[in-house]
Amino acid sequence: MAYSEKVIDHYTNPRNVGTLNKDSKTVGTGLVGAPECGDVMRLQIEVDANNVITDAKFKTFGCGSAIASSSLATEWLKGKTIDQALEIDNMDIVEELALPPVKIHCSVLAEDAIKSAINDYRVKNGMEALVLEKSHH
Amino acid sequence: MMELPIYLDNNATTPLDPRVLEAMLPYFTNKFGNAASRNHAFGWVAEEGVDYAREQVAKLIGCTDKEIIFTSGATEADNLGIKGVFEMYQDKGNHIITATTEHKAVLDTCKHLEKLGAKVTYLNVKEDGLIDLQELEAAMTEKTILVTIMYGNNEIGVIQPIKEISAIAHKHGALFMTDATQAVGKIPVNVNEDGIDLMAFSAHKMYGPKGVGVLYVRRKNPRVKVTAQMDGGGHERGMRSGTLNVPGIVGLGKACELCRLEMESEAKRLSALRDKLENALTTLEESYVNGNREHRLPHVANISFKYVEGEGLMMAMKDLAVSSGSACTSASLEPSYVLKSLGLSDDLAHSSIRFGLGRFTTEEEVDYAIENTKKAVNHLRDLSPLWEMFKEGVDLSKIEWAEH
Repeated sequence: MAYSEKVIDHYTNPRNVGTLNKDSKTVGTGLVGAPECGDVMRLQIEVDANNVITDAKFKTFGCGSAIASSSLATEWLKGKTIDQALEIDNMDIVEELALPPVKIHCSVLAEDAIKSAINDYRVKNGMEALVLEKSHH
Repeated sequence: MMELPIYLDNNATTPLDPRVLEAMLPYFTNKFGNAASRNHAFGWVAEEGVDYAREQVAKLIGCTDKEIIFTSGATEADNLGIKGVFEMYQDKGNHIITATTEHKAVLDTCKHLEKLGAKVTYLNVKEDGLIDLQELEAAMTEKTILVTIMYGNNEIGVIQPIKEISAIAHKHGALFMTDATQAVGKIPVNVNEDGIDLMAFSAHKMYGPKGVGVLYVRRKNPRVKVTAQMDGGGHERGMRSGTLNVPGIVGLGKACELCRLEMESEAKRLSALRDKLENALTTLEESYVNGNREHRLPHVANISFKYVEGEGLMMAMKDLAVSSGSACTSASLEPSYVLKSLGLSDDLAHSSIRFGLGRFTTEEEVDYAIENTKKAVNHLRDLSPLWEMFKEGVDLSKIEWAEH
């Protein structure tokens, strides 16, 4: 199966690889997936007082599409408020990276990671955890 | 000058040896006859080519030319052998014994026969990939007509104790068949010394063309018969009808001859290269060789690089053509059933890479592969949250992962 140019670009030059301090109150961390399934994503956001995401970092264990999906997600997250970030849909990622059907689960995982990171931030800062309506089970 | 990408997937298929191509070419053009045409020179010339090839094949595996049935490949040979024995010997019994790490051509054929009333025992393998002979012995019954265990495994390269297995099968009055696709031409295989009654293999794994293979069927001590699965003109002593693929068969013959002449030195050269590759790559932390390291084919290395995912890794090894046991490489999203049969956890199975060296692999290529792989593993570990957690001393088995 051939990869799209955008997948190759994100895979070869992943944006925003790294680690934020998960114990900080201004950081939300989402860790999704499972090693047994062949992909695990950790996505972290740094949020300012106005609920704007000022930084995002990721590390991913998975195939090229999973790495590209999370790299793209970090790019899209920066500058958005946490409410705007919730609107990122996995199909936007599929479209941007031209993922084939067999790789759609990678984009779903990225969406889950975003929501999970936002929830972590919300709970840390006294907000209610959101019930995530969409999941990929 | 080394050309990129480098082909290290010789268990999937091998390039055609130019000497094989040369032998085949006349049979596409002026020697185009049908080997079954008995009444003119065109047929005789084609038949001569086939007869010579039959001898070349027979010589490689130590049998007579009358025991060679040409097929379209090893998958067809596996089907013909297993289904043909089941049908021919159904008065005697309906029990077949095989192993969980067999090729799908064997496993799916057995599954098919289960629907037709066969009882099939799938032996588990030990963690080194070899079957347990005591388990085999215990599984034998009066109804057992066939034991079919592969010679060398396609994913991890382990070589089963064939002589011991065939002796157990024979002691209980069953036939012994082996899928020797990865072994024939790579290591000495002799049907008499090994006690083999039926054996499947194909040309394209030994530098011959695709689309041609062999089912060896023993004619003496005991005389084995299989019921044809393809009906028609009664070719191949009635066991496999269909016009013979003359150029393919001629190519297979030549490939067998070259393997017979060059096997010994080639096996030495390849195992030295394989060891070099393996020793260099296992200097990386948390990397493990899968399968028994003593009883195995000379040209295969299967290594798991923990905390990186196989498909992602292959993408970083973009100048190397290898394969992975990772789920992501298959549509099913299930990691390799062979590696799981060894008791490997799913995450290690996802992290495996198979390197298959071959006749045209050079030391320069292996050196390049080592550097390229090391770089790729390190790159992906820098991206891996699991690697980071491992380095921080987090016990990954204690984390509640959301299975998806």
